[in-house]
Amino acid sequence: MTSTVRTYLTRLLPQLIALTIIIVAISMIFPGFLNLKIQNDRLYGSLIDILNRGAPVVLLAIGMTVVIATKGIDLSVGAVMAICGAVSASLITSGHSLAETLLVTLAIGILCGIWNGILVAVLDIQPIIATLVLMVAGRGIAQLITEGAILTFNDPGLIFIGSGSFAGLPMPVVIWLLFGILVALVVRRTALGMLVEAVGVNREASTLSGVFTPVLLIAAYVLSGLCAAIAGVIAAADIKGADANNAGLWLELDAILAVVVGGTSLLGGRFSIAASVLGAIIIQAINTGILLSGFPPEFNLIIKAAIIVFILVLQSPRFRAAFTFVSIPRAAGKPTEREAK
Amino acid sequence: MQTSSDNILSAVRIEKGFPGTKALDKVDFHLRRGEVHALLGENGAGKSTLIKCLTGAYRRDGGSILLDGAEVDPRDTFDAQRLGIGTVYQEVNLLPNLTVAENLFLGRQPRRFGMVDTRTMNRKARELLAEYELDLDVTRDLASYSVAIQQVVAIARAVDLSGKVLILDEPTASLDAHEVAMLFRIVRRLKARGLGIIFITHFLEQVYEISDRITVLRNGQLVGTRDTSDLNRRDLIAMMIGRELAAEIHSTRTETTEGRLRYRFRNYGRRGRINPFDLDVRAGEVVGIAGLLGSGRTETAEVLFGARRADSGSAEIDGQSVDLSSPRAAIRKKFGFCPEDRKTAGIVGDLSVRENIVLALQARRGWTRPISRAEQNRLADHYIRALDIRTADREKPIRLLSGGNQQKAILARWLATEPEFLILDEPTRGIDVGAHAEIVRLIESLREKGLSLIVISSEIEELVAYSTRVVVLRDRSHVAELGGDRITAHQIVEAIAAANQREAS
Amino acid sequence: MKQKYLPLTATILIFLLSYALCIAQYPNMLSTRVIGNLLTDNAFLGIAAVGMTFVILSGGIDLSIGAVIAFTGVFLAVVLEQTSIHPLAAFALVLVITTLFGALMGAIIHHLEMPAFIVTLAGMFLARGMAFVLSIDSVPIKHPFYATLKSLYFKLPGGGRITLIGGLMMLVFAAGILIAHRTRFGTNVYALGGGTATAKLMGVPVASTTVRIYALSGLLAGLSGIVFSLYTSAGYSLAAVGVELDAITAVVIGGTLLTGGSGFVAGTLVGIFIQGLIQTYITFDGTLSSWWTKILIGLLLFAFILLQKGIIRLSRNGRQPA
Repeated sequence: MTSTVRTYLTRLLPQLIALTIIIVAISMIFPGFLNLKIQNDRLYGSLIDILNRGAPVVLLAIGMTVVIATKGIDLSVGAVMAICGAVSASLITSGHSLAETLLVTLAIGILCGIWNGILVAVLDIQPIIATLVLMVAGRGIAQLITEGAILTFNDPGLIFIGSGSFAGLPMPVVIWLLFGILVALVVRRTALGMLVEAVGVNREASTLSGVFTPVLLIAAYVLSGLCAAIAGVIAAADIKGADANNAGLWLELDAILAVVVGGTSLLGGRFSIAASVLGAIIIQAINTGILLSGFPPEFNLIIKAAIIVFILVLQSPRFRAAFTFVSIPRAAGKPTEREAK
Repeated sequence: MQTSSDNILSAVRIEKGFPGTKALDKVDFHLRRGEVHALLGENGAGKSTLIKCLTGAYRRDGGSILLDGAEVDPRDTFDAQRLGIGTVYQEVNLLPNLTVAENLFLGRQPRRFGMVDTRTMNRKARELLAEYELDLDVTRDLASYSVAIQQVVAIARAVDLSGKVLILDEPTASLDAHEVAMLFRIVRRLKARGLGIIFITHFLEQVYEISDRITVLRNGQLVGTRDTSDLNRRDLIAMMIGRELAAEIHSTRTETTEGRLRYRFRNYGRRGRINPFDLDVRAGEVVGIAGLLGSGRTETAEVLFGARRADSGSAEIDGQSVDLSSPRAAIRKKFGFCPEDRKTAGIVGDLSVRENIVLALQARRGWTRPISRAEQNRLADHYIRALDIRTADREKPIRLLSGGNQQKAILARWLATEPEFLILDEPTRGIDVGAHAEIVRLIESLREKGLSLIVISSEIEELVAYSTRVVVLRDRSHVAELGGDRITAHQIVEAIAAANQREAS
Repeated sequence: MKQKYLPLTATILIFLLSYALCIAQYPNMLSTRVIGNLLTDNAFLGIAAVGMTFVILSGGIDLSIGAVIAFTGVFLAVVLEQTSIHPLAAFALVLVITTLFGALMGAIIHHLEMPAFIVTLAGMFLARGMAFVLSIDSVPIKHPFYATLKSLYFKLPGGGRITLIGGLMMLVFAAGILIAHRTRFGTNVYALGGGTATAKLMGVPVASTTVRIYALSGLLAGLSGIVFSLYTSAGYSLAAVGVELDAITAVVIGGTLLTGGSGFVAGTLVGIFIQGLIQTYITFDGTLSSWWTKILIGLLLFAFILLQKGIIRLSRNGRQPA
């Protein structure tokens, strides 16, 4: 068991180091950064703030990780967030109970996932194009539901999801922690994780080995849709209203970035949900850090771009080829027969 | 009898190695002006490696290439083309989304005032194709024409660009008889123009129809060059397939007691891939499938396993009609399938040896019933030991293993599902001699345990060693079945050749 | 009819049909004024979409163009406000910058073998970031030369105007069509979209073509930014968000395959017109809400993807020997 823990830590090491460096750097510039205090049974502080602000991207990144592991991509999650935020707001304002509202909202997210999944798995459309459709149309659908306005609500139950707290932590943090752990457990305690990775690495070989690939692919997009739905509810609850124009806008890009920063390759295969969550938190820490440290926020995007380029160059096939070329001869006794074909 | 000036292209003592294998071992090859020279050998014999060395696609490790008497050293395929060596592949290497004219003149389009002069280009394209008796609308996309026409366009481009040597790599694989005749008319015309033509094919009757000389390679070595008129089919096939293996694998054929008939396929087939066939397989039987490449061997395996859904006929197991329309359905019936192309259809490269071994079993159990890690480790260790899979540990990504060990791991993947019907497509291809013998032994032990096996192999001696019956395929049909004493290399070669002869007459 | 014209024909038919329907309901929509506005209002999008067409034809994608447009606008506004450089010199300067920017992305995509999606996503952050650094506020452009440029137009019979930027878009499309179909570079773009490996075997200079494709996209995004700044008389770093998405949509609706290798620059123009027409109709109607634009465009996108999928499948089956 200890060896499992060790492999797990090794996998997360780069992200943990990066996060530590960022946190140390910020706390040097902004001394109060690490302070935590308890008020009204709830933790407050910049660190908590990062976890709280990062909630939507963390949630999207969880679903996106699985989709990317299947060699796919889901561009529609931002739009699905907007749809689900709008659905929950309009249901709750029209007098439905909180339970009904949440159930229907989540069901809508799942439906969006099924749509994407069918396009990819059954109609065999390239994922980037397949999910573009909902990305374009989704925001329109959300605006249709809210009729263009910001649909506000004051149901305390729904608002609690955005700004309440539980066990000293803000609700969004509690939700993504629990959901992340749940998904990670389901994926790793069942065979799902391995099957997803197998499909992502080699769809044909997996199908020939009896893996039911279409269902697996659809399931990945369904998870992504579900994550987007939860993120959409949180975003709406946070501002006590559904903003179809801006909810989740461009968050799909942040989510993809979080997955990539988390070290899951866009080419599919091996994935780690924990690493993607860390990736999302790294991105949020950069955002918050730049804000706190007095740097003009306008540098935010440039720094973000620089970090992505750096991480991507490290992951690029060319760079890795050059790197493994140096280290492989020692490690592998027998060469691959890639050339022999 | 021949002076070196007869040769337009000479390759002397060409050597090329890949890590772990010697792909070409001091191979000599001479091509005369105005001849069609067939280059033959089974897969992995080194034909394509030789071609790639000649065209600069690979850097050779040793030897020299003389073109028109002068030593040349093409750096890449353009360089070879510039020097005069053009190549046309089976998979037409043109762009289907460009027009015929654009394909012919890509990179050298005539220009006026800096713009491509489309009219002149189209006129020149029509003129060029007229030399090949083709009258096409050259402004249409290449994709709108048949493969045969595309092939001719590719030849026209290659000859126009190079003009001394034309290499045709399996140009007829997807053509019908009529189209082959058209292609051959063009080849003869180019031959009359003095080009040297290298012709690679698996269709022996075409070799006899068009070629003047034949060179055979086997396992990276030159077996010999003969005049086509002096070489009969049987000797040619023997040259290609070889007999050395017989010495290595001592045939331990013991007459098996007839197991009960378990699998019945009637009129089973799929249009365009494999013609309907009947096949019975007993328990404890190895049915070998012989035939040249392209004869429908792999297609037979795919249809049996449901990788391609059969569109005719029926399948029965123990008298019960069964559905084998997908790999999942077949696996439920305890089928297993090791595909020919290990890399694209077999291994899941980035996953570990352990995960590759448990994959099929896990897929059959469904995702909700995971195999515990301890059980996975036990299975993996068991098969790593039982099949002697050489790997540092079970967590190593399988892509880092050698071909033979990858093959054993995929076998282990199926053995872990405790199959009753196992289809092995070229299980010994591209693996070293040691692993080769181990896999042959494994096949025999599985048969003794009562499994039914279908084994496809281009190594005839190997089929003789373990098959209880051999089905011979030709032209996408099952044409002969040999059993008992008739399973000898000689008889199988005869059956393949006879089938060939029948077609030729 | 040649199969490759099928998607383009479908696009044109859909445009004509919907325009006819619009006219049937609002006869006023058949006027040179509407057409002139259609050109002017969509000029910046159209110019950027030409660049996107080349990128998509080659099998790539460029997510950075909206950000480049914003950067260009802010750059111009800041330069014209703080220096005495003539706008024409500023135009030239900014075009050099955006072209080099595109070329750099192309070089990274080719030499580091990284997916265009991610490289241009990083480019998007970078360009938008540079715009933020220059100014986070909307900076008005008050240079008299701008007023001069904006006053230039060609009067059509019926009261419509072809403004400078509307006309420029048509010129860019004309140039784009010429480049795509009458230059070796254009053929090489299609060749890359048909298959990089084959194109390489046939002697297409893959590296330089890739770099030039993204450089062209950068150049046109820059030009689009200039047009946008003329259109709005301001530079704002949050402007033109999502233009890349509209451009991709126009390209796909225009009948170009997102997988590359097949399509027409002219189709993109029709795609732009269709999007513009939907907006115009909604404006004319007055009761319909703007979100229907997005929903309709999404549906069109879906329909075209299915249409292309069907055509590919048909052509594949049609050629397979029995």
